[in-house]
Parts: sequence; C-alpha cells; structure tokens
Amino acid sequence: MFELPSGAEIQGIIASLKVSVGFFIPEIYLSLLFMLLIVVDLVAKGRKNTMLAISTLVGLAGSFFFIYQQHSLQMGEIFFGMYVLDEFALFFKYFSVLSGMLAVIVTMADEQFEREVKSMGEYYALIVSMVIGMIMMASSSDLMMIFLSMELVSFTAYILTGYFKRDQRSSEAALKYLVYGAVSSGLMVYGFSLIYGLTAETNLIKIGVALAADGNAHSLLLMMASLLVIAGFGYKIGAVPFHFWTPDVYEGAPTPITAYLSVASKAAGFALLMRFFYIAIPHGTSTISSQTGNDWITLLLILSVASMIYGNVVALWQKNVKRMLAYSSIAHAGYLLLGIIVMGKFGTQATLFYLLSYFLMNFGAFYVVILIANKTGSENLDDYRGLGKKMPLAGAALTVFLVSLVGLPPTLGFIGKLMIFSALIAKGSIYIWLAFIGIMTSVISLYYYMLIPLNMYLREPRQMDEKDMNPGLFAQVLMAVLMFMTIYFGLYFAPLSDFAKYSSAMFGISLN
Amino acid sequence: MEQLTTIGLNHYLTISAFLLGFGLFAVVTRKNAIVILMGVELILNAANLNFLAFSKYNGGMEGVMFSLFIIVIAAAEAAIALAIIINIFKLFKSVDVSSIDSLKE
Repeated sequence: MFELPSGAEIQGIIASLKVSVGFFIPEIYLSLLFMLLIVVDLVAKGRKNTMLAISTLVGLAGSFFFIYQQHSLQMGEIFFGMYVLDEFALFFKYFSVLSGMLAVIVTMADEQFEREVKSMGEYYALIVSMVIGMIMMASSSDLMMIFLSMELVSFTAYILTGYFKRDQRSSEAALKYLVYGAVSSGLMVYGFSLIYGLTAETNLIKIGVALAADGNAHSLLLMMASLLVIAGFGYKIGAVPFHFWTPDVYEGAPTPITAYLSVASKAAGFALLMRFFYIAIPHGTSTISSQTGNDWITLLLILSVASMIYGNVVALWQKNVKRMLAYSSIAHAGYLLLGIIVMGKFGTQATLFYLLSYFLMNFGAFYVVILIANKTGSENLDDYRGLGKKMPLAGAALTVFLVSLVGLPPTLGFIGKLMIFSALIAKGSIYIWLAFIGIMTSVISLYYYMLIPLNMYLREPRQMDEKDMNPGLFAQVLMAVLMFMTIYFGLYFAPLSDFAKYSSAMFGISLN
Repeated sequence: MEQLTTIGLNHYLTISAFLLGFGLFAVVTRKNAIVILMGVELILNAANLNFLAFSKYNGGMEGVMFSLFIIVIAAAEAAIALAIIINIFKLFKSVDVSSIDSLKE
C-alpha cells in the first residue's frame, strides 16, 4: 500500500531535518538541562537542596539567550509542519520559562517541603520538563504534537501534584487530577480522530483549508469533534464545566505547584485553544474561509459565561484561601475566554496581556500565601486575623495583588480587564451584554477578595502570640518587587501591551 | 445486504463508538480507581481504532503514526497512574474513589 521512499527522497528528508533543528535550539537546551539536573541530583545527594534550585534557576535563565536569538530567525513551520516558530510561540516561550523560574523561587521559600520530603530529588527536573512541555504546546501545529505535548505537561503535573507522598491531601489531589485529566485527554484524542477522518490531514493549516473547502457538508460531525476537543482544552484551562478537578487539586497540591498550574499550564492551554480554533476550524469571521456552519464561538461563549458566574459565586463561601484562589482562577479562565471570542488582532493582544497580568498577580498572591502559611501553618481565612500588623509588608503586598485580581485601578489587573472588555465592545454591539456580565461578576469578586484584607487589618486576632513573623530579607525583597511591578505596569503598561501586540501575529492566518 | 457481508468504514466506526461509550460508562459508574483507568484505556483505544480505520480508507500514513503514539502515551499514563494509586492505597487502605474524600468544601 505504501511505497518506500527512494534514496534521493531520504536525502531530502534528512536535509530538511537538519535545517529544522536550527529552529529548535531552546527546546534542545532545556531537554539537556533536564538531564543535567537529574545528574546533579545524583551527585549532590544528601547535601542541601539549594544547590539544585540555584542550578535550575541559572539553567532556565540561560534559555532566555537562546529564545532571544530566535527573534532573528525566519518565522514558519519546521519539521514537516509538525512544529511552528512564530511571535506567538515566542511569547509563550518567555512566559513558560519565566513562570518556571518563579515556581522554583517560590518553592525555595516554602518551608512545607522541608517538613514533608527528605530530598527534592526530581522535583526541579520535573519543573523544567513541564516548561518544555508548555513551550511545545504553544508551538505545535499538528494534532499529534498537540496531543504529545499536552500529555507531557499533564504527566509531570500529576507527579508534581502528588509530590508530598505521605500527605493524604496531596495524593488525593493527584488521583483526582489524573482521573479527570486522563478522561478529558482521551475525549480530545477521539475528537482529533474525527477531525482526521473528515479531512485526512493532521496539520492544523491543512485541516483549516480542507474544512473551508468542505463547506457546510459535515457541520454536525464537526460540531461533535469541536465539543470533544474543547473537553480536552477546557480541562487544561479549568473552565466550567470541565473544572471539577480545580478546587481539590489546587487545595491539595504543594502551593508552589498550585501557583504554577494556575498560571503556566492554564496559559499554555489558552495558547493551544487559540492556535487550534483560529487556524484549524475556520469561522465566518476569519479571512480564509466561507461559512462552515460550525459555531465554536458560541460554545466558547457558553463556557466563558458559565465560568465567570460559577467561579465568582462559589468563591463567596470558601474559607480556605487556596481554595478561594482556585475558584477565582476558574473565573479568570472565563475572562480570558472573552478575549478569545473576540478573535481579532485586538482580542489576541488583550488575551496575551491579560495572561501577563494574571501571571504577576496570581504568582504574587500565592507567594504571600506561602509566606504566611510558613509562619502560621494554616491557609484558613480565620487565621489571617490581625496579620496586617504582624506582617506589614506581606499584608500590603497581598492587598495589592487582590486589588489587581479584582481589576481595580491603579493595578495591572485593571488594564487587563479594560483591554478585554474594550476589545469585546469594539467587536460589535452583540457582545456588550458579555462585557456587562464580566463587569458584574467582577463586582461580585470584590466581596470575597476583600475578605482577606478585612481579616488582616480590621479584625483582632483570637490569641496574641508574640512569635517572630519576619519572613526573611530575600522573601521581603521579592514580594516588594512583585508588588511594585503590579502597580508600575498598571500605570505604564505600554511595554507589556506592545509586546503582546507584537506577539499576536499567528502563523498562517492574518486575523482581521 | 452489502452492508452485512463486507466490512467497511462504518463497521469500524460503530465499534469505536461503542468502545467510547463503554469507556465513559466505566469512568462514570465505577468506584474502583483501577477500573476507572481501564475505562480510560477503552476511550484511548476507541480513538486508536478510529485513526487506523480512517488511515486505511483515507490512504494516509498519519493515522497509523498517531495511533502508535497513543499506545505509547497510554502505557506511560498507566505507569504514572498505577504509581499514584499504589501510593493512595498505602495512605487510605483503599482504592475506592468514593472513600477518598479528605478534600471537601
């Protein structure tokens, strides 16, 4: 049935692979770093874990050099259309590496690791491999690469979630994450198989062309396939109704991993969602196609409204701060989906900008939660009483991050929400009610976010103990830097927004 | 009559749809974590069968390649899942997912 390629063809394939490798250097570098870290762990066994953490940090920082060099390369598809290099992918390369570095820094601050595990072992190596996975998620342009990279991220995330082996909550979180993740990725692959059956292609751009030529012929089947694929992506971004794992996993997982999952793997999921739907499944508003009768925008619209309402309303009753932030992350998935629904250059720019702002404020909030948990040993809202006086800087920083999460000026979160809503309204009057729902749910979120500063500043602690509450110089500096950046970029947001605009160019399609 | 005597694409697709249904049924109704995993394997194999059938009738090689990778991923997933379940059994003395509920509202 299939003929063997001739010698000349094999020569051509090898030459093409050689060229492609030149576009793949950051990923190769990070893979080497992954292996190196395992060796370092073996050599440094029994000694302090700080060395491992520092080498991870340095290694990840080194990858910026290789990523920066890629700006001068010719953007396009490599490895026979499996993989793509473009500004959009570069954005997520920076994003993934930065969030990996912050995850390492936050881990170093968390004293729970010293209590729970003897050696950090593979922990840092796994963080690096998750960075690789997320970079590949954002750069895949083939259904197979999408599946493989998504599973790479998921598998490492399962292991990291269950990293506290002797802790019941951590293991339970890992099990729940695994079950939901396995089922939804299975459904996603089934959806991929339907798309493959429809088009006989696995490359996203070719699928888009084939579907556009197909017209309206298989709209029901395509709708089914899109639903199944959204099940997979929706699980990664934690949107309603694929959110069931979120609260349990976020509460049970080690806090640095919670922060990492809620920012980085969510962002990678959004990258995939955008690339897949913008390029592969044509819609009436995109330039390359006629109508195909597949209205995935309506699907995402339902997801987005449900996430915003559910996340914000259920968060009102939460007593555990990590769990509250989990529900708030569901709500933020809803806001981010709004930016995708807009589906123009401005919409993509707004989504990327919002991801950047979410990165800063969410990592900041989780970092302070860790520092407070180090001292009080608790993440319950009631134990935050009176902390504003004992830990003034942590209290101030947490307040700033929460204000930013609500979306109030003068913080970065305000600009993010402003861009998303103005993109929606610029798109047309039919989306005004969506922006209205977004703004109303933001008002609801004000209540539960502000419960934390309320407890910290206005309520007296139950018992006065004069413990030393100083989190240490380094932690305070980092906290202050994150707080300063949240406010500074809220006032002077032009560099970030220009960067997001530069990155919103997506290969193979010119969004209008 | 021809539908019954020759095996065509539709037969493969029907079986794979049944497999998907059984897999989802197992995931939703069963309480044992290992049986849930078996359901997941059924879902993945349904996708596999689809890919192979489409590959045969579309004439491309991509489906075969994809299904090979799905098999590999399924094996890796089973390894990680069993490791987590063994750890769960050590801590909870059970693999019944309804009794593993220390995380609640």
